[in-house]
Amino acid sequence: MTGALVLTDADERKLAGDEGAGMAMAMRMIVALAKVSGAPHLIDISSAHIDGCLYHGQAGLDFVEKLVSLGAEVSVPTTLNVSSLDLLHPGLVRLAPAESSAATRLMDAYVALKARATWTCAPYQLAASRPARGSDIAWAESNAIVFANSVLGARTDRYGDFADVCAAITGRAPFAGLHLEANRVPTVELDCSSVPRHVLDSDAVWAVLGCVVGDTVGERVPILTGVDAGVVDEDRLKALGAAAASSGGVALFHVAGSTPEAVEAGAGWPAPGVARISITTEMLRQARDRLTTAVASSGIDAVSLGTPHFSLAEFEKLARVLADRVPFDPSCTVWISTSRDVLALAKEKGYAQLCEEVGARLVVDTCTYVTPILGDEVRTAMTTSGKWAWYAPANLGIDVVFGTMEECVDSARAGRVVRHDAAWA
Amino acid sequence: MTQLGLEGSTRGDTLCAGTATGELLWLDEPLSFWGGTSLDGGVIVDVHHPQCGTALGGRVLVMSASRGSSSSSSVLAEQIRAGVAPAAIVLSSRDAIVTLGALAAAEVYGIRMPILLLDDAALVELPRSGAVTVAADDETATVSWSTSD
Repeated sequence: MTGALVLTDADERKLAGDEGAGMAMAMRMIVALAKVSGAPHLIDISSAHIDGCLYHGQAGLDFVEKLVSLGAEVSVPTTLNVSSLDLLHPGLVRLAPAESSAATRLMDAYVALKARATWTCAPYQLAASRPARGSDIAWAESNAIVFANSVLGARTDRYGDFADVCAAITGRAPFAGLHLEANRVPTVELDCSSVPRHVLDSDAVWAVLGCVVGDTVGERVPILTGVDAGVVDEDRLKALGAAAASSGGVALFHVAGSTPEAVEAGAGWPAPGVARISITTEMLRQARDRLTTAVASSGIDAVSLGTPHFSLAEFEKLARVLADRVPFDPSCTVWISTSRDVLALAKEKGYAQLCEEVGARLVVDTCTYVTPILGDEVRTAMTTSGKWAWYAPANLGIDVVFGTMEECVDSARAGRVVRHDAAWA
Repeated sequence: MTQLGLEGSTRGDTLCAGTATGELLWLDEPLSFWGGTSLDGGVIVDVHHPQCGTALGGRVLVMSASRGSSSSSSVLAEQIRAGVAPAAIVLSSRDAIVTLGALAAAEVYGIRMPILLLDDAALVELPRSGAVTVAADDETATVSWSTSD
């Protein structure tokens, strides 16, 4: 057995029920988690992000409703991940009435705990919810975890169902995993210097790169080297992280010269003796082709953008591509998933109106692969998202074509797959 | 102590307290409860798993670790509620996802599905099949079995 867990007096009082039965229940879960992870003590967290608001069955609902009935409330700023429903566009999600009602109860229970009704997998896009560099947080949802760790330099371990809400209520988390400085040091170098700059200067390539990173490193902490800082931006890092978390379980990566901890470490990373693996353009092309399950000549019925949720910068890029106002083919529906907060900003700028004018449909609060939104007639869909391409064939039973935003738009206008191979050479 | 040399036992650490009896089921590979088992039936449905089609209900499951999504915690808790979960789980690594599912079910439904952590030396003592009794509390965690019949 590892060394015993040491609790503070304040922890003990929470455990004893001095702050209510709901706090005591949450604290029992955090203490048990700390024992499983071998943590020596608990630490304060400055924010939480809860993934438990997507309906997975009766037990998840009973757990949070019990916390509510015992009077629990979150004690740190807390955001909520996507749910099973789009509350702003009722009727869009085609769930059976019983499940729809359970999903609504689940959302209500988390709001009753005083978590913010953000309903987004990208809380890092909300100015008020971006954790400070070096701060300890307890976030769930694999893409949010990897973004907070890698791009913002905050520190979160891989929290998930039950642990996320209990950390939010107690404001405490086990001192374990990626909260420890030593576990954040890269253990494998991925050398990208042979990939031409113009290839890396494309959003879709970063999703594919993420799949390659996940396949290659599994759950290790990689550092990408040989990447020009001029081609790196937050949306590209978002795409990389989401795909790497899906294909491999990556919760933290670094990009030399770009991400905060790598910039600070400078020439010290990677340390001497760290294994080095070369990433080639050919590996990226092969990964792109693996993400495509449909035959090349097929028609497409749908396009999915915004998984993880579309950012304001991505709306701006899309608006530039759509500026000639050529409508989408009626046989193909373009879905854009985003958060209600980013949608409000996109409306102020006029981007959202332009998208709808040419035929796109906007989805908020949820996302197009976790709940039934796409029509039953959809057989083949196209996406810019490595994560969506990874999960949609199994979750939705459809074929997928992976492509760039320009390829998706041109394909939606044509009603069939249109490729621009120059981006990949 | 054993009597007549016909009983065996091995010890580990408690990850989730409880007592249970059931037939051993050794998993040949890690398993994701989310997507890999049926939510309402507790049956392995992952077509890539060598034991696809096997029911977990009432068995003492021996596995290295779970794999995949943290939604597996919710799935296991739901299977415990529905009465189709394993009777107990014996792990060879510290798996928080499985443990949280069992702890949540204990909190909400008062159903205690024990989870034990065994090191390699303890694990090789364990039979490959047959009925075992699992007893885990804050102090000790024991798996015991009879070899008399």
